[in-house]
Amino acid sequence: MLATTLLSACSGDEGKPVLTWYLNPDGVDTLNAIAERCSTDDYDIETELLPTGATDQRVQLARRLAAEDDTTDLMNLDPVFVPEFANAGWLAEMPEDTITEDTLEGIAETARWDDTIYAAPMWANTQLLWYRKSLAEETGLDMSKPVTWDQIIDAASEVPGATVGVQGNKYEAYVVWINAMIQGAGGEIVSNTDAGIDATVEIDSEAGRKAAAIIEKLANSPAAQSDLSVSNEGTSLPAMFAGPGEFMVNWTFVYKNYAPSPENTITEEQYKDLGWARYPRTVADMPSKPPVGGIDIGVGAYSKHPDFALEAARCVTDTEAQVQLAVEAGLMPATNSAYDAPELAEAYPEDLLALFRESVDQGGPRPKSAFYATISSALQSVWHSPESVSDSTPQESAEFLKNVLEGKALL
Amino acid sequence: MTTTIATPATKAGDIPPEVSDRTRAENRLGMKLVAPALIVMLVVTAFPILRALWLSFYNYSLTAPEDRQFVGIDNYVTALTDSLFWRDIGMTVIYMLVTVAFELVIGFAFAMIMHRVIFARGVIRTSILIPYGIITVVSGFAWQFAFTYQNGFVNGWLPFVSADFNWFGDTVPAVIAIMVSEIWKTTPFMSLLLLAGLAQVSDDMIEAAKVDGATWWQRLFKVILPNMRAAIMVAVLFRALDAYRIFDNIFVMTAGAQNTESISFLTYRQSIEQFQLGMGSALAVLLFLSVLLVAFLIVKLFRVDLAQARGES
Repeated sequence: MLATTLLSACSGDEGKPVLTWYLNPDGVDTLNAIAERCSTDDYDIETELLPTGATDQRVQLARRLAAEDDTTDLMNLDPVFVPEFANAGWLAEMPEDTITEDTLEGIAETARWDDTIYAAPMWANTQLLWYRKSLAEETGLDMSKPVTWDQIIDAASEVPGATVGVQGNKYEAYVVWINAMIQGAGGEIVSNTDAGIDATVEIDSEAGRKAAAIIEKLANSPAAQSDLSVSNEGTSLPAMFAGPGEFMVNWTFVYKNYAPSPENTITEEQYKDLGWARYPRTVADMPSKPPVGGIDIGVGAYSKHPDFALEAARCVTDTEAQVQLAVEAGLMPATNSAYDAPELAEAYPEDLLALFRESVDQGGPRPKSAFYATISSALQSVWHSPESVSDSTPQESAEFLKNVLEGKALL
Repeated sequence: MTTTIATPATKAGDIPPEVSDRTRAENRLGMKLVAPALIVMLVVTAFPILRALWLSFYNYSLTAPEDRQFVGIDNYVTALTDSLFWRDIGMTVIYMLVTVAFELVIGFAFAMIMHRVIFARGVIRTSILIPYGIITVVSGFAWQFAFTYQNGFVNGWLPFVSADFNWFGDTVPAVIAIMVSEIWKTTPFMSLLLLAGLAQVSDDMIEAAKVDGATWWQRLFKVILPNMRAAIMVAVLFRALDAYRIFDNIFVMTAGAQNTESISFLTYRQSIEQFQLGMGSALAVLLFLSVLLVAFLIVKLFRVDLAQARGES
């Protein structure tokens, strides 16, 4: 009896495999439902929650993967961390057909590293310019045409109490803002990122100075919100329907967030006053580069069941899952076919859907580098607070970034 | 850490010639019995230290293992010539000096109360010790909530502070908030160590001083404190080394913002957040050396023989 028990214990028969899927805490209920749907007769998918902040999520996953944890099967990854994780050898390669013609170009770019696909796009986020239609009318700004940062700062400054909402806290979203403005002027923070620490630092450029000028202008204008140096995606939300309102750059979740419900005090009339437009231009004669965010699904390189994990990654990112996430949680799809689903047309205005899709497709990703976290932190160190930004900031940050990448300065 | 400053009362191979064969055999047996534990300890402590030392000579990021470069002492040169390193060292020393000073005074008062109290002794002793039983991260969160102007109580209790004063908006108030949390959490430990010292002061001496007409202050400064010097030194040493490695409260309350970062936090950021194992290891080695220096200075300052403090000689 004892021998039989011992033998069976040693035989490696552990029953039905369980795949662990690490989730960031967005749309968790929907993701749990998707995990249940994608569990098969061969394996079950269990979900585990990661911390709230993107940086903390990255650290927790990295600590597991650096220790070659074989229970990290699937993970939700902020797209900027894919190159880091892939370069470290922590992600399993994905099949070539993970990215197809159907995938929106902006998010497709984030899943590749070194000509190999390491992640499957699950949802693609982007930023729009959200505004009060009544405020735009009052200032005489024609929102049917592309607007520039200068125009919206000037317009908001004209109306007492009107503001421009941005993310100015010392965190990742501040870099998202800076990057979008630099790309909007045809520049880059860094180029030749494949060279790792020898990447070319480009931020000390005309585009970098234009971005700095916009931050300086906003910080010194009456349109700046009082909490500019600590503002985040959430803090600028209440200003939309307080006083004359605001022009605000923010992610796609804003539309669902303002929908009148028992949890908020937004009226139907106010909701109808909410307008949206493409991300503001940095310079008048160049199209803007809206930020691209979202979530890519990675498969752990040390997974005990890599084939099952790849199969599960395909299932949890299929069109059905993407449509479900968009309708239930406001997390927009990464593929054209999901955008074409009738459920989305019911849930969102047609022009808003078109704008989301266009923004992701024509958006600009943040630098793809195995040292992205270093680049981001180095930028935050020099560019924060927004009130301290001046014409010399791009040059200072270029020098600091070079020194940090070469290991000649502490960050 | 404290094991590094211990001076053995009897060194191996330093046995006086008059020692008998039997004692010598017992010593040899003792060493053999201790050897396995010593080897295990060396493996678990020496290996990470040596590995950190080795890593500190590389420019090595965890996310770019193939770009690893041997850079010799460059990481140390970079750290020691960077203003950020010295700013964080300065901040760490301030944390240590201020918190230990407050803890020593408040801790001694608590120790006196715990020593002398007759009524409800158990309840009072337990009440004083409760903060020490709370996990630092938990107390950090509690104090962070207490200090936030949106829902905290601190602004309401302080008449000289406006209701919307943001404690975490600037360096000085943020440091004060962190120190308050640190002092609240660890004063009981200080008082516990001082209570042990207080219990060793002979009542006869205090009685004699009283008979000689010494006032309460004279008895405190001329009899009690001098006789507690070893206990005070141990308490200050333990707490100073702990305070020098301050991390949790900063992590929870400001995450290093507003220049509140300590040297431990800088090391954490380099190693864990930035994945810079080379620079992180160099900083860890510097942290280790600076902790040794602090311990050495405190032992020198109090001029106390640790062996005597342990009652070994």
